Amino acid sequence: MQKWMVLILVVFGLVLPLKARAAPLKLTLTEGVIQPIPYAAPVFVAENSAAEDWSAKITALVIRDLNSSGLFREVSKSKYISQITSFASPVQYSDWKAINVQALVTGAVTISSNDQLVVKFRSYDVFAGQELGDGLQFVGTKDRWRRIAHKVADSLYSRITGESGYFDSRIVYVAEKGPKNARQKALSIMDADGENYRPLTDGKSLVLAPRFSPNGKQILYTSYETGFPRIYLLSLANNRRQVLENQRGTMSFAPRFSPDGGAVVYSVTKGGNTDIYRLVLGSGQSQRLTTAPSIETAPSFSPDGRQIVFESDRSGTQQLYIMPVSGGDPRRISFGKGRYGTPVWSPRGDMIAFTKQSKGRFHIGVMRFDGSEERLLTASFLDEGPTWSPNGRVIMFTRETRGAQGSSGLYSIDVSGRNLKPLRTPHGASDPSWSPLGK
Amino acid sequence: MKIIVSALVVGLVLSGCTGGGGLLDKEDRVGLSGDGSFGQGGNMEPGSIGYFQSSIGDSVFFPVDQSSLTQQAQAMLDVQAEWLIENARSEVLIEGHADEQGTRAYNLALGARRASAVRNYLVSRSVPADQLQIVSFGKERPLEVCSQESCYSQNRRAVTRVSGALAG
Repeated sequence: MQKWMVLILVVFGLVLPLKARAAPLKLTLTEGVIQPIPYAAPVFVAENSAAEDWSAKITALVIRDLNSSGLFREVSKSKYISQITSFASPVQYSDWKAINVQALVTGAVTISSNDQLVVKFRSYDVFAGQELGDGLQFVGTKDRWRRIAHKVADSLYSRITGESGYFDSRIVYVAEKGPKNARQKALSIMDADGENYRPLTDGKSLVLAPRFSPNGKQILYTSYETGFPRIYLLSLANNRRQVLENQRGTMSFAPRFSPDGGAVVYSVTKGGNTDIYRLVLGSGQSQRLTTAPSIETAPSFSPDGRQIVFESDRSGTQQLYIMPVSGGDPRRISFGKGRYGTPVWSPRGDMIAFTKQSKGRFHIGVMRFDGSEERLLTASFLDEGPTWSPNGRVIMFTRETRGAQGSSGLYSIDVSGRNLKPLRTPHGASDPSWSPLGK
Repeated sequence: MKIIVSALVVGLVLSGCTGGGGLLDKEDRVGLSGDGSFGQGGNMEPGSIGYFQSSIGDSVFFPVDQSSLTQQAQAMLDVQAEWLIENARSEVLIEGHADEQGTRAYNLALGARRASAVRNYLVSRSVPADQLQIVSFGKERPLEVCSQESCYSQNRRAVTRVSGALAG
């Protein structure tokens, strides 16, 4: 929790009669077809005149977040039978039931005497005729209004699905400008909905594949600023960075943090051979984990920190393998036709997302960590580099279009394979990495 | 008159590479070869970097997902090796590249394999190993930009970049 925002749990004192109720509203997320839940979010009540613009903006963003997930469908305001004019008044469930609203969100916005934005909301299970969770209040400075709205949307998402949300999160990625044969790449950061874009490097040096630390405060990335690919650790608070490996005659790339943030796995190329290493950040001690003459790269930790999934062409083509965190015998997990790369363990631990190349097409896919239940979610000229939303529900990746004018952009897709959509970015974009929730 | 022109070319070449921090970048190279009045024909000093690029050839090409040297590539590297021994430079950097049909990290590793194959071959032809550094750009710096094999075949390459002053 950041200093600028205070989360106050407020029980607003609605007295609910204890009686037999319909099954409570709950969207169970499965891999199958999901009917989006119809909900209504009347414009939050502006409790003073200074709050009027803010209440409209915040309500619109909450709705945009919820709709973007593909799990919720807003019922048009033109259908409303009753209006919400006071945050304190009881809700007429029958009016909402009549227009098939299952979840109702009401809210209120106030600008406090010290110029803070105060946002309250309640949610209701219309068919059960009861409040869903307690009323909540967020307080923050006005310039943080987007984050407050994302937090409201995350709370609603979580109440209805039973899983944590992902709207209040960020993406670090590579912004791309210029023609294909002289492309400029700058490390960049933005909110998960594409807003608040900010470059982190100037674009003079080629940069690749940034990764968030588990606490959201640091970024690992690869830069060519010495002329050779090297891994850097950037601190977001002060923009200071340090090089992790700087051995002459080698290249280092493809870094990722361990789940506790204390170690980094990455690839080092020596004499043309690429292997996987692990560096403990505190001691600076590094350990070589693979010793094959083949290419071993793109390592990613399991969420419990005990295993590493990576790609290797030791079989003759790129395939996925899992090994213990200290190295040792890897077990191959991908056996389908085609090439598999860029594996990333989901934050829930059950799935691995990957890039697959088959018959001249690229796919983003997922499989269980034992290699079973492979499903391809996308297909295009060039899709690659999946990253998981903090709740393991959505995958973002790079899609590149073909041809001399080809360019890169970011797309996201639900792990069920639904809801594929582009994320608008100010420039071309590649190599996204999703932050933890609220970071 | 001929001597003066040659001297000018050498001067341009040297300033071109020192300006880039020791390594020729693409713009320097385009500037040199695109400068028709100096860059062509027999006026180039055989020991110059421009001569190495345009008359000997600085690039060898690879089949899909391969890093083994074709006969053509070996023949080119034989000539490169002779030139490098005769015109020892302080810095020779071999860049490996891949086409866009691959994932980013894998292509970096593949480009490194290609650069390393060239380095090993040149060393086997008696070019001093300590002069030869390698780097890979993976699929980040294509030469040709179309998404067809005609371009991909030009992008799967290793480029021998010579810079620095003549040694000795």
